[in-house]
This record gives sequence, structure tokens and C-alpha cells, in this order.
Amino acid sequence: MDSTEVYIGPEPHIEVHKYYGGVVPVVVLLALVLQAFFPVYIRSANYLELPLLVTLYFALSKRNASSGLLLGMVVGLLQDSLSRTPLGLYGIAKTLVGYLGSSLGARIDTEHPIARFVLTSVFYLFHHAVFTLTTRTLLAQKSEVYFSIPILIASIVNSFIAIGLFPLLDRLRKPS
Amino acid sequence: MPPPIGIPSRHRSLTLLAAVVLGQVLLLAAQIKRERQVRLIRVWAVELISPLQRIGAWTIHGAQHGWGGYIGLRRAQQENEEMRAVLDRLKVRNAELEGRALEADRLEALLNFHTTHQEVPMIAASVIGASPDSGSQVLYINKGSRDGLRRDMGVITPDGVVGKILAVYPDTSQVLRLDDKESGVGALLSGTRTQGPVKGTGAPLLSLDYISNDEKVTEGQAVLTSGQDRIFPKDLPVGTVVDFVSDPKTPFMRIRVRPAAHLDRLEEVLVLETRQELNLKKEADGDGAAPASSGTAKSSMAQASPAKKSADSH
Repeated sequence: MDSTEVYIGPEPHIEVHKYYGGVVPVVVLLALVLQAFFPVYIRSANYLELPLLVTLYFALSKRNASSGLLLGMVVGLLQDSLSRTPLGLYGIAKTLVGYLGSSLGARIDTEHPIARFVLTSVFYLFHHAVFTLTTRTLLAQKSEVYFSIPILIASIVNSFIAIGLFPLLDRLRKPS
Repeated sequence: MPPPIGIPSRHRSLTLLAAVVLGQVLLLAAQIKRERQVRLIRVWAVELISPLQRIGAWTIHGAQHGWGGYIGLRRAQQENEEMRAVLDRLKVRNAELEGRALEADRLEALLNFHTTHQEVPMIAASVIGASPDSGSQVLYINKGSRDGLRRDMGVITPDGVVGKILAVYPDTSQVLRLDDKESGVGALLSGTRTQGPVKGTGAPLLSLDYISNDEKVTEGQAVLTSGQDRIFPKDLPVGTVVDFVSDPKTPFMRIRVRPAAHLDRLEEVLVLETRQELNLKKEADGDGAAPASSGTAKSSMAQASPAKKSADSH
């Protein structure tokens, strides 16, 4: 199987990347474990959203809407399972992130660090907005807010992390 | 892989997204409990289904109502006719019951009178007919010689004198009413105790004769039996003075008397078996056993008693 395929779509020059077998599940599990592990020792690690970053990365790289949303769903449901939130809260948010990320990745170049920074910030805020909307609508909990300075800071922090994380994950791609 | 049938390939991911999100929303709803610990999916299900149920119920109700109205219209005329027939029957029944109630009242009054005067033997009888001749005021009662009735027995009601037995048959008797032209009864004016016969005129009012122009007579004065005719005991109400005229051509006044008994609507009467005097004062002082026309009768009795005592003492 080729490691790089030519995408036939709105942007024909954008490549679709492939990964070695087991990479995606391992990375996802690792992200979830670290997400659960870090806040125990580092209080400010609550701002971290490693599952979101992993979801966004694979969505932008694979550029397939179906696989992107399914990956987002799986990551989100696993995150829900590990947290106290009802199953589906993170699932919905990450499903949408996966779908929109893969759709967007098929149209623009997401390999550039600045593009990754901006996209991560935007998707972090979008993910939080969807999460808040779902929480307010379904759980009737008004404590969550759509936007605040800490949330903005968290989005920036995660964007910086993404700039460092995504190139590491790029190395897991099959060589083209 | 070929796209599912019916979904274009470019919409496949969007459809999948909608399905996945919807599935997770339902998953959430199945877990979340709202107020009163009702799961959100149940709330949604009820809110989703209840409008349909309301629409269904409204439709069924409307159909039933419409059908009922249609059937009702078809049956309305028939039911209307049936109801009118029932109404007519009920009107007849009501009239019958009213008649029975009035009859019961009359019989009660008669019974009370009879009970009050148990010392005086009397026989209750019902009026069963009247004379076909408009010139004579007679009636027939359902008691005759087999019941112990004899000619010239007095006939009364609790209100006053009715007449006397004119003819007796085995099971019926003919009664000559007081207002017949051939009828008469010995009477006196209450208060003055002036005696004179009361005669029938063939008209509703009676005539009290042979009262001197010098006598003091007042309208409304009671006229009682004198007992001189050997038919009625003394002091039974005969009637009241309606008006009187002094006739210069004769030494007597012309006095018209209204009968105490309702002679034109007699249905039950009492036949006096003896001429034993009735203790009407007891009745006047007593309870509800008073005559129906008790206003006049009671006053006349009250006025009569002292006079009677006076007469007795003389």
C-alpha cells in the first residue's frame, strides 16, 4: 500500500498521509493516559487537551471526513468513559472536531506551524463551545461558559503544545 | 467500497456525521436524569410522542364527534318525536297525579273532620254523578240503603251544609243540593240568632227569608243551621250574608247568602246518620281539622257559641 495518495477533491495537490498499523490506537491511548496522568501531578495540566490534539492531528492528516469523525467519536467516548461526564459529551464535541478537521485538512495546507497553531486554537475554542452547548442543553448545567480568558489561555497553551507535538507525530507517518 | 444505495458519495460522510452525533445525543439522553429523576431520553420520547398522541386523540375525538353529530342529526328527529310523545304522556300523568293529590287533600280534610266528630255517626261518600237536568241541582253519591242511608238525611262537607238525601237506592243515593229551587234548610243569623229558612234559588247564591226589616244584618254575617228542620243539627255553617235589601212593600228583607260549602265542586261528602248536634266549638278552638272555608266558618262558630249558650240558658 502506498504511503501517500493523491487526494482527488477540491484541492488535488494536498496529500493524504498514511500511518503504520497500530499507530493511531497507541497514540490515542497514550494521549488518554497522559491526559489522566498529568493533572495528578501538575495542577495546570487541566488546561491540556491531548485527546483533542491527537484527534485534530489525525483528522487534518488523514483528510477523510468519515474516518475523522469516527476517530473523534472513539476518542471522545473513551475520554468520557475515563471521566465523570456522561458518555457522549466529549464524544459529540470530538466527532465534530474530527469531521470539520478532516474536511478542512482536505482543502488547506495544515502542515505549516502557523496554520497548525491557528487551527488548534480555533478548534480548541470550537470544541469547548460544543462541549458547553451540550452541557447546557442536555445537562441543564449553566456553570460552563462559552468563552473566558482562561479558556483563551488554554487554547493558546494547547496550540503551543500542538506545534511541538504534531511534528513528533509526523514521524510516525509512512514514508512517502 | 461503493456508496450505500440512495446516498450520494459526497454526502456519505455528512450522513455518517449526523448519525454518529445523533447516536451520541441519544446515548447522552439515556444517561441524563432531569428533574424528578426522569431520564432525558424519556422526556424527549414523551415530548416527541405526546404531540402525535394529541393529534391522534384530537383526530379520533373529532371523528367520533363528527360521526356522533351525524348520527345524532339522523336520530334527532326520531328522538324528538319520541320525546314529545313521552312529554305528552308525562303531562297526562302529571295531571293525573295532581288530581290525586287534590283528592288526597280533600279526603284528608274529610277524615280529619270525621275524626274530630267521632261522636257523631256519619258516612263518607263520593259524588258519582249529577242531574242531567240543568234546572235541578241534584247529585248522586255512591252510598245507599245497604250502607244505612235513609231519605232526608243531611249531607255536609267540612265546609258546611250541602243538602239532604232525596232518594235512596240500594247502592246509591240522590242528594238535593242546597241551591236547588226546591231545597231549603232551617237557619239563623249568627249573633242575633234570628231564625229564617234558607232556600235555593237555582243560582249560586241562596236566599234567607222572613228576616224582619228591623233586624240588624251585616254583610259577611254567618248563617248557621237552626236545627228546626229536623234534618241538620244546630249551628252547622250554611253560608255568609253577601248583601241585603229592605223591601218597603214587604216587612221582610231580601238577603242573599253565599253557601259555605263549595256546591259546584263537590267530590266527597259526609252523610249525617243522626241529628246529633256537632260540637263545632271544639273544632273552632282546635287544630287543623277546621273546615276548608274556615275563615268564615270559624268566625261564625265563634260568634254562634255565646248566643247558643244564651239560648240554652233561656
